[in-house]
Amino acid sequence: MHEFYLALTGWLPQYFQTTLWICLKIVAILAPLMLCITYLLFAERKVIGYMQTRVGPNRVGPKGWLQPIADALKLIFKEIIIPARSNRYLFLMAPVLALAPALAAWAVIPFTDTLVLSNIDASLLYVLALTSMGVYGIIIAGWASNSKYAFLGAMRSAAQIVAYEIAMGFALVGVLMVAGSLNLREIVINQSGGFWQWYWLPLLPLCVVYFVSGVAETNRAPFDVAEGESEIVAGFHVEYSGMAFAVFFLAEYANMILIAALTVLMFLGGWLPPVEVEPFTLLPGLFWFGAKTTVVTFLFLWLRATFPRYRYDQIMRLGWKVLIPVTLVWIGVIGIGRFYTPVGHVFS
Amino acid sequence: MTLLQFSFYLFSAILVFAAGMVVTVRNPVKSALFLVLAFFSAACVWITLQAEFLAIVLVLVYVGAVMVLFLFVVMMLDIDLARLRAGFARYLPVGGLIAALLAAEIVLVIHGTFPADLYSPPIVDSTGHSNTKALGSVLYTHYVYAFEIAALILLVAIVAAIALTMRKRPGTKYTHPGRQVKVRREDRLKLISMKAEGKSAQEGTT
Amino acid sequence: MRLDLRQLYKTFSLSELRKGMGVTGKHFLKRKTTIMYPEEKTPKSPRFRGLHALRRYPNGEERCIACKLCEAVCPALAITIDSEEREDGTRRTTRYDIDLFKCIYCGFCEEACPVDSIVLTDIHEFHMEENSERMIDKEHLLEIGDRHESEIAAARKQDAPYR
Repeated sequence: MHEFYLALTGWLPQYFQTTLWICLKIVAILAPLMLCITYLLFAERKVIGYMQTRVGPNRVGPKGWLQPIADALKLIFKEIIIPARSNRYLFLMAPVLALAPALAAWAVIPFTDTLVLSNIDASLLYVLALTSMGVYGIIIAGWASNSKYAFLGAMRSAAQIVAYEIAMGFALVGVLMVAGSLNLREIVINQSGGFWQWYWLPLLPLCVVYFVSGVAETNRAPFDVAEGESEIVAGFHVEYSGMAFAVFFLAEYANMILIAALTVLMFLGGWLPPVEVEPFTLLPGLFWFGAKTTVVTFLFLWLRATFPRYRYDQIMRLGWKVLIPVTLVWIGVIGIGRFYTPVGHVFS
Repeated sequence: MTLLQFSFYLFSAILVFAAGMVVTVRNPVKSALFLVLAFFSAACVWITLQAEFLAIVLVLVYVGAVMVLFLFVVMMLDIDLARLRAGFARYLPVGGLIAALLAAEIVLVIHGTFPADLYSPPIVDSTGHSNTKALGSVLYTHYVYAFEIAALILLVAIVAAIALTMRKRPGTKYTHPGRQVKVRREDRLKLISMKAEGKSAQEGTT
Repeated sequence: MRLDLRQLYKTFSLSELRKGMGVTGKHFLKRKTTIMYPEEKTPKSPRFRGLHALRRYPNGEERCIACKLCEAVCPALAITIDSEEREDGTRRTTRYDIDLFKCIYCGFCEEACPVDSIVLTDIHEFHMEENSERMIDKEHLLEIGDRHESEIAAARKQDAPYR
């Protein structure tokens, strides 16, 4: 593949060649991702519809399959209204800042054993750092809109994300202790040997905490107080319309898929088949990775269809007084269990 | 110029520009945002120097957490720019003196004590030994006491900050979610079996 | 506070969350009850109150005698009537306008009418493209009545025992 590319572009200068190759790889990851995001939008409406005994969108195209395309087209042709007394540049930059970290994080996600854009050493930290940056889009959107509702949404989101990031970080510390590596690929390889070897079993509380914090971090129901349409209209994106609004939407769904993929990598064995015997191992790793990610993403939709929005003080209590202590206790259990009990091999 | 050099100069230029904007821009929120940009480009420069762990931690801690809280506070301030600028001339000599001192110190350090071989590019380790691991093993062996003491001091600081700001006004009513979730039906509701009412009352309803 | 083991188990096993998700999960697989509207329609009651119509007698004579009871009873003041004596000496309307934006479809006009002239049909799929189209006049109302006479009559007949 690379040789073919080199032969094709041999006449170009060296640096240009490298840049183009990197860009091609980025497109190869982002294009399918964008397609997944648009269809996740459709899937969400369908799944929530089904859970409310409705059928969801079914008019555009066969069985409604062209609905996301229609939505995207509509949003592209809508006018982007910039509020008169807003901060123009920050206002337009905010959606980009919301989307960029969600996309950049995919650079280190190992889709299979060999399929990873950049197998850096501390990829787990990299992902954690980038997901924590997504909040800037929301904060800047809230501030630049110069609207009280947007501002309230941004404030809520900032406090919430800072709180849940700590729980998320601690959950990852547990994974790190068990895997002995910060590299996502090695973390997955350490889980090989069937689904009872995956980390969800020894790290069950951390797995739950990570997923819950992930839902909170992506501002999804039942933690979506940043939008909270019943109190603050639409939260941080009240003033946004057209494509600028669509980019916020894309960012939310990209983050959702990212958190699902990370949950799969760290707790559900990544690309590994559930049982390592003949019919399962024949299927490619990409299939297993995709299937598991789909299941976890479905869980996001399921949660949204089931639970009402949390009250704000309850969110804070859950983050600080429940999730963080749970992770701390379980980190202690891992530490003690691994080095001072005869069953330490469970945690490695 | 290789791609690496190009990215180094690009990120350094952004860093210097952002750092300049932090102190010159009028609006405190914009200033904080430029500081975020400065941190981020500093992290990028560090990555070109192969210090990926430090770079990522810089982004994670400063950009992801500290600056968010900073913005949180700064955004809620309503700052009167005219009043802020009023004392500019008065503070200029003191501020200038401090700035000059700092600059002189930096120049002294760089040109005096730093050995010249530190200017050479970092050694690329081709054995696949990660610098994250190296950093960890040094921190937990050679510097373990300093590290643990620093951690303890931070913990004390957290506890102190909470203790200083926590106040309970008497007579304020709070909801206790912890107690709310523990409520069971049996605590609040009593089912009593009762005889049906008298004959006349029943006839009245039909 | 007393340490309740069962409570602790209930909290940490997330039993209530799982129960909730079980309910939505069950509905996810249930048969859907959605009516695919333009293709499928729900049955309508004979008392359905939709678009207005003025009826005629079987011999072609219009029923309305311009008694203006409907105009008087209309709570939204949607009906405007002018009347005059016709050549044969009967009192007839020269103008019978209904403002569809004012009308609240309460059916009082139909109840007030002594000759069953003004009725509310079961037509509910109508629209207008211009603001001026919201006023429907006598001619238009009679035309609606002529076009749907059989359905109107059938609905009245079905509901007659209860009137």
